[in-house]
Amino acid sequence: MIPASFDYVRADSAEAALAALAEHGDEAKLLAGGHSLVPLLKLRLAVPAVLVDIGRLEDLSYIRDAGDHLAVGALTRHRDLERSAVLAEHLPLLAHTAHLVGDPQVRNRGTIGGSLAHGDPASDLPAVALATRATMVITGPDGERTVAADDFFAGFLETAVQPDELLTEIRFPKATGAAWSYQKFVRRAQDWAIVGVAVQGGATPGVALVNMASTPVRAAAVEAALASGADAATAAEAAPDGAEPQPDLQASVAYREHLARVLTRRALTASALG
Amino acid sequence: MSVLGTRVVRKEDPRLLRGEARYVADLDETDDPRLVGLAHVVFVRSTVAHATIAELDVAEALEAPGVIGVYTHADLDLEAPPVMGGMLGPDVVRPFLADGRVRYVGEPVAVVVAESVAEGVDAAELVFVDYDLLEPVIGVEAAVDADTLLFPAHGSNVVSGFGAEAPDDLFDGCDVVVRHRIVNQRLAPAPIEPRGCVAVWGGDDGVELTFWTSTQTAHGVRSTLADRFGLEHDAVRVIAPDVGGGFGGKMHLYPDELITAWVARRVGRPARWIETRSESMLGIHHGRDQVHELAIGGTRDGRVLAYHLEVLQDAGAYPDIGAFLPYFTRLMAQGTYDIARVSCRTRSVVTTTTPTAAYRGAGRPEAAAAIERAMDLFAAAVDLDPVKVRRRNLIPADAFPYTTQTGATYDCGNYPRALALAVEAAGYDDLRDEQARRRAAGDPVAMGIGVACYVEITAGPGAGEKEFARLTIDPDGSATVFTGSSAHGQGHATAWSMIVHDLTGIPMDRVEVVHGDTAKVEAGVGTYGSRSLQVGGSALHRATSHLVARGVEVAAKLLDVDEAEVALDTETGTFSAESVSGEAVGWDEVVRLSGEPFTEAHEFVTETPTYPFGAHIAVVEVDTETGQARLVRLVAVDDAGRILNPLIVEGQRHGGIAQGVAQALVEEVRYDADGNPQTANLADYGLISTMELPAAELVPMETPTPVNPLGAKGIGESGTIGATPAVQNAVVDAVAHLGVRHLDLPCTAERVWHALELARAEAG
Repeated sequence: MIPASFDYVRADSAEAALAALAEHGDEAKLLAGGHSLVPLLKLRLAVPAVLVDIGRLEDLSYIRDAGDHLAVGALTRHRDLERSAVLAEHLPLLAHTAHLVGDPQVRNRGTIGGSLAHGDPASDLPAVALATRATMVITGPDGERTVAADDFFAGFLETAVQPDELLTEIRFPKATGAAWSYQKFVRRAQDWAIVGVAVQGGATPGVALVNMASTPVRAAAVEAALASGADAATAAEAAPDGAEPQPDLQASVAYREHLARVLTRRALTASALG
Repeated sequence: MSVLGTRVVRKEDPRLLRGEARYVADLDETDDPRLVGLAHVVFVRSTVAHATIAELDVAEALEAPGVIGVYTHADLDLEAPPVMGGMLGPDVVRPFLADGRVRYVGEPVAVVVAESVAEGVDAAELVFVDYDLLEPVIGVEAAVDADTLLFPAHGSNVVSGFGAEAPDDLFDGCDVVVRHRIVNQRLAPAPIEPRGCVAVWGGDDGVELTFWTSTQTAHGVRSTLADRFGLEHDAVRVIAPDVGGGFGGKMHLYPDELITAWVARRVGRPARWIETRSESMLGIHHGRDQVHELAIGGTRDGRVLAYHLEVLQDAGAYPDIGAFLPYFTRLMAQGTYDIARVSCRTRSVVTTTTPTAAYRGAGRPEAAAAIERAMDLFAAAVDLDPVKVRRRNLIPADAFPYTTQTGATYDCGNYPRALALAVEAAGYDDLRDEQARRRAAGDPVAMGIGVACYVEITAGPGAGEKEFARLTIDPDGSATVFTGSSAHGQGHATAWSMIVHDLTGIPMDRVEVVHGDTAKVEAGVGTYGSRSLQVGGSALHRATSHLVARGVEVAAKLLDVDEAEVALDTETGTFSAESVSGEAVGWDEVVRLSGEPFTEAHEFVTETPTYPFGAHIAVVEVDTETGQARLVRLVAVDDAGRILNPLIVEGQRHGGIAQGVAQALVEEVRYDADGNPQTANLADYGLISTMELPAAELVPMETPTPVNPLGAKGIGESGTIGATPAVQNAVVDAVAHLGVRHLDLPCTAERVWHALELARAEAG
């Protein structure tokens, strides 16, 4: 449980972090809260030559009401999401879901940017980003670019963030007063979801699934069914369509598909959708 | 008033809570000046389940930075001992490091000694092992007849067994006979502190080897080390510093630990090995892992006449105590019931997995789980309430001592009373009414009620279980207990102080309890099998009583009265006599004026084991859409004889119940078909947490045993024994009306869902 040897660089600013990434390329890994990366390091499943620690970039930790959207800094801890008055008012789905991540120790360290950039299909927050149609702000050597959540999750533990880039902000459309639901099915409270479903109500309801593919995945078939006027139960039947769940210790493919239907129906019903 | 039976707060807790405990990994030169310049030990472990080693090359590792030495089996000058003291033959002996063949993932293949742990880990990666793969042997049923043998010279994968097959006429006269295969899954003890040890050679006073280790049995480890190194027992000093839990997993010296001592001698430096959690999940021997074929028969009106239990025990790759735990399963097969014909056959089988050994309950939870599932299956077959069927068959309260068909003689008990108390506390009839209402209303969240009666054996299996205690009272009137029973969470410091205070009147804060150091405590056995209070506490009780008698002798002289006239006030610790009113002498004066050391030792030897018993009732809710079961209530009656400290006993019950519920609902060590472990960390294994547990409702019951001076039985394991079948039965009960007859452990959501799907399909 000792990581392979690596060089450590603590970045004092986003610019410094980018400079370090520019210097070391894909030999480098960004370290924020560390709750995804450190276990991989200790098991030597990840062996970066350089760790660039961005954990102290306090100016990337914020939750702001930016008028037409909410701006959340990538270094914002789960615990801050959980307790944010701004989110409670305008995007309770995110606050509530953050509250269900891991346990208090994890939530005090883990960051939203780290969770999204890691792109783990079993993580909770990527599904929220999809369901809410968030926009990722990525900063690189040539400045900022924005990527829609739908284009962000590229493959298993792969995102649109390039080795020389840094996810700096996530922009969420406001969902003030809209219904929402997050259904997380776990063996133990602190575990990753066996299957999860995030539903964000509004003019165009969003539905996204946890652990139902090699990436966080939008339940497009459910959204389409809702758009065509299907009721919750009918729409939920489409939850596994287009998903490619993998079997693991906790669940077979058939069970995952079943759970996706049940949880989606519950989430839609709780959100009074369909 | 006696302090015994009162809720004395644990005196050992403040330093533990303040983080002042010293575990093996914490030890440094402040603990012993020789602990400087530690060499660090890292093992190279097999990454495959079964293979011969075609090539093992340590040359590159030897050149790595910080490496002091790298050793393999060829370097060892240690002879592997006979298995279980010779109970098994030389065919199945375990080498300390792999001898040309590996038999499970995690088996030590080579050992690296380095200046730092990090350098050791780096170097271990450079040890080249070329494996020629052999067929893995996974699953006991497959292993029995497998062509692939772990020990070809032994001629079979079956290594041991007890009892015989069911006689042909066992079920004659039965209206109904139910048969079922059930699984009692493999578990990991997973103590919060993994294994670790420090070895130092050389020193004063004839001690050649000083060995700190996280163990339940310091004296046993001392003897084993001495025997392996050919030393006198006194030449080895073993110290168990603070120990962060064991649950049976730290009962014996492991090969990794012995190798650490060997390495320290080889490199001429103190050496430390601390295992990682991932190593620990494969290294600490696993528990349980039996497959049962049970058959139960009786009359239509619910009288059980015959029962057979066929046990296949997975012993893992190297047979150890796990191969013999089915002895307890067989001994306790009959449970709390008066059954005319009972038979049980056990066979222990080697597979290419981590060896199995004791884990909290060790052979008895398996027996209770089998008979309690059998009773429910039988009750369902004759369409009677499970409580009614149990009442019908429980051993009557006036039948003790009661000898079972498999040879256990239960000392004392009142099983109908235990069940009645549980039924009353749970509000059983109301629960059944609520269940009926919810079923009638088609509630998709199904309610289940599960009952389990149990009896177990502690301080067994026979007579002659020993423990040592010495009590010394110093001239300042303070007392020191030297106990061979070494605590790692059980609360000995408090319990032992209570015994001394109760008999002497010396205040508890003036009683020091010393354990886990073979240089300070001259003899000992250790802490396992729920034996400490009844054997070790009884030893202390006797030693203390002897010292009190000597105190009376001396006080009589000081007071110038007859001994018979001397009274010891056990509130104040003073001796007085009526004829000399106003005069009293304390322990300090008695000890000072006696003119000789005031110390008494006693080795308590049991004449018979004790049999704690109880009844648990669990209430669960099962989401019939997802299959997920949630424990709502757990009512527990646990009778462990006379209770010395209810606070400590309740702690043991809550903890045991947590682990028992975990076996019912969550935990399972799993391997894939190739023998790769799939639960080698706590995230995958899934220790139960407080979020999944309601507070257990503990109902008091005390039936003192006549077999020891304290009237005490063991309580350490009861929770795991009663809770598992109660919760398992509750989950089955919740979905019984949907056509489910049985669910194997653990009753995971997918397993329940799958059973419901099958039942729905069968119902068409």
